[in-house]
Parts: sequence; C-alpha cells; structure tokens
Amino acid sequence: MYFKRQLESLGRYMVLLGRTFRKPENLRMYYQAFMRDLDLLGYNSLAIVSVISIFVGAVVTIQTAFNLDDPFIPQYYIAIATRESIILEFSPTMVSLILAGKVGSNIASTLGSMRVSEQIDALEVMGVNPAAYLIAPKVVSMVIFNPILITISMFLGLVGGYLASVGGVMGVDDYIYGLQLDFDAYHITYALIKSFVFGFLIVSISAYFGFYVKGGAIEVGINATKAVVASSVAVIVSNYFLTQILLV
Amino acid sequence: MIEVNGLKKGFGDRVILKGIDADFHKGRTNLIIGQSGGGKTVFLKSLVGLHDIDEGEISYDGVALGSLNRKERKDLRTRMGMVFQGNALFDSLTIEENVTFALNMFSDMSESEKRDRANFCLERVNLKNVNQQYPAELSGGMQKRVAIARAISMNPQYLFCDEPNSGLDPKTAVVIDKLLSELTEEFNMTTVINTHDMNSVIEIGDNIIFIKDGFKAWQGSGEEILSTDNEDIKDFIYSSEIFRRIRNK
Repeated sequence: MYFKRQLESLGRYMVLLGRTFRKPENLRMYYQAFMRDLDLLGYNSLAIVSVISIFVGAVVTIQTAFNLDDPFIPQYYIAIATRESIILEFSPTMVSLILAGKVGSNIASTLGSMRVSEQIDALEVMGVNPAAYLIAPKVVSMVIFNPILITISMFLGLVGGYLASVGGVMGVDDYIYGLQLDFDAYHITYALIKSFVFGFLIVSISAYFGFYVKGGAIEVGINATKAVVASSVAVIVSNYFLTQILLV
Repeated sequence: MIEVNGLKKGFGDRVILKGIDADFHKGRTNLIIGQSGGGKTVFLKSLVGLHDIDEGEISYDGVALGSLNRKERKDLRTRMGMVFQGNALFDSLTIEENVTFALNMFSDMSESEKRDRANFCLERVNLKNVNQQYPAELSGGMQKRVAIARAISMNPQYLFCDEPNSGLDPKTAVVIDKLLSELTEEFNMTTVINTHDMNSVIEIGDNIIFIKDGFKAWQGSGEEILSTDNEDIKDFIYSSEIFRRIRNK
C-alpha cells in the first residue's frame, strides 16, 4: 500500500513536470514571473549563502589544521583539504540543502496558499496553464541561479579559509600555495553539474507538494515541511549517484 | 447555452452527482440551489472543467466539453469568467493588475487600452480609485466586486459565480445580485450562479435548478418556485421562519 502510494506520487510528479514545460501563453508575462522569481529565490538567498560559506570555510580550515597537526605533514595540505572539501561537497551539496529549506518551504507554502484560496483554479478557468505559469519560471530561475550561488559559495568558502590562516591557524603563504597545488578544474565542473541538478530537484519537488495541497492552512504547513524533507532527501540521494557517475 | 446530460461525479467511493440533466440559458441568470454539502460547488466546477467528470456530457452551445482538445478547451476558457466563493484574487497584485491579468496574458491590447478596459470594468461594478490598492486593503464586498470586474474583463460569454453572496451583509448581497443580473442582460452572457440565498432566488432567478442528494430535484423560474408543489423545494424554501411567515400570510 505504501509502495503503491509512493508510485502514485511519482506519477503525479511526472505529470506535473509534463504540464510545467509546455508552451507559454505569453512570453512577456512568463519573463516577468521569471525575473520576480530570480529575485525572490536566487538573489535573496545571496546573503545567507555568503555568511554560511565564509564561516564554514574558516571552520573547515581550523578543523583540518587541528587534525593534521604533525611536523611531518606540510601545512599546505591543510589548504588542499579545505579546497577539496569546499568545492566537492560543502558548496554544492550543503548549500543546496540549506536552500532546500529556505527556497523549498517558500515555494511549497506560496503554491499551497494559492491552491487553498482557489487562485490556481482562477488561473485555470482563465485559460492559463497554472503549472507552467507558476512553476516553470521558478525552475528556470533556480537552475540558472543555483550554479551562480554555488560558485560564489566556493569562492567565499576559500576566502573564509584564508581569513582563518590570517588568524594564525596556519601560514598564509602555505594556504595560498596549497589552494593552487594540483588543482583540477574538473572538480568545479562536477560541482556546477551537481548544483544544476539540485536546483531543479529542489524547485520541482517543492512545487509538487505545494501545487497539490488539499485542505487549509494546516495542510499548507504540513506540505511545506514535507517539501523540505523530500527535496533534501532527493539532494542527498542524487548526490551519491552523481558522484558515482561523474567522479568514479 | 450550456447543456448537461447524465452528469455523474464522485471522489473515491463517494458519489456526489448521480446523473444530472440540466440546461442553462443565454442572457438569463441561471441559479443552482440546494443545501450546503449537496454538491453545488462540485457541479459548478464540473461545468467549467475544474473537475473531470465520471460520466455524462456537458456542452457549450452544442460543442461537447469532452470532445475538445487542449487548445480548444483553452480557447473556450478565455470565453469564461468565474467569481469564486473566496474571490480568489491574486493577493500579490494590485486591483488593476488583477483585472488586466487575463488581458495581459491573452490580448494584443496596448497598455492604455488595457487600463481603459480595467477602468470600465471597475466602474461597471461601482468601484473607483482603487486601481493601485491591493485586495487585502479592500472590504469583502469590494473584493467581490473586483472579482466580478476581473471575471468580465475578457467580455465572457459564460459567467460562473460560486456563492457570490457568502460572507456579505444582506444589503451588499442584494447589490451584488442586482449587479450580476444587470451584467448578464447587458453582455448577453450565460450566467450560472451557485447559491443557497433565498433572496437571490426570488430577486434574480430566471432559471433555477434545485439539487438534492446528487440529483436534479426540480427546475423552474423564480416565480414558479414559490407556487410549486414539489415537497423537496418547499422543505428547502420554508425551512426559514421568515419564509414560513410570508407563506402563512
């Protein structure tokens, strides 16, 4: 029974995606919605992503330095470890998880409120495809802006590590040298591919939970929580498979 | 004209509409009445295609809704207007943006033409100087008028209203009723109103369909309803003390 329900949900999710990516009724209106969502979901996430990245970058450097406190291990190894942790995992995955909470709950509760107040029905009766008008601009804006956010996060994470080295946890020159040593640009590509996929999953899954809300305010809250949980799980699981495919 | 034949609709094991035949006439105010929970909203939402029906046929001016492809159904919907029970105004948009929403989406009008159309629709429902306000800044009655203005903005052939008087005081309810009746005549629309308000039934009911237990129990005009022998209708109308007193006098 549980398995059947999950299968039904997956089917409804696919149907919703099919409805989302249909020809827009009016490109100008969709562009306006896209710009609004870019600001709401992307630009408005910049501050939290920046603060978290700087501090986590600094903490990762300090913790690595603490664990590699050995006279036989060169200090620049600390910078290499920090760089790899930030680029490969922290920025693309952990920041996406944070965004799953911030953006996912926003999308699910907005669409859920529109559903229970019949605004989605009103769009439908007008002849507008509500899935396309309400969800497609969000998906596109997040798929475009998530890689930008992740790139900024990587940079600021490494800046955080630099600040920690300035604070005396390791030599600044060793940190700069370590950041550049054996750098593989493919790791950036790998991180950006992940952030692209995660952006899509976070928005589409959250939109699914918001779009199909039934009931009232309590159900909107419940579905917003479900959206965050489901999109976080999707990010973590897909992270494994993407890593398996792209790195191994 | 909208014709309904053998309409059945249920949710899971619960059958709400058990085979309804009805017709809604052009240029007239058609009412669907019945007790709360009797399936009026399900009926109305089935009519506009918000609910997929289980059995039966709904046709708009001879064209069956079920036979339309996605594009044709979309085209039909641009000829519909609907006023929802809770108004369903887009709360992040101004009143003017609400009224011009469908025009922005589907028409080739210039900005000034759209503004003129919005002003015309708002003035037609007796609203002025509210263009830049947001729905939350207006009273319930004013929001209802905005919802009507939005519904008529595209010059619809069919207007659907779900409980347009719910939550309004009796005086405002009468104003809304008269407005809907006038607009129906003025724009020669097929108007279908879902209500359980007996004032509406007597004031504006040209063609009334009474739903009970998922079936059409009666159909007639506002004048006929007061003199009918149908026991179900009598039960429904004279359930209130005021109407019982009027009848006894």
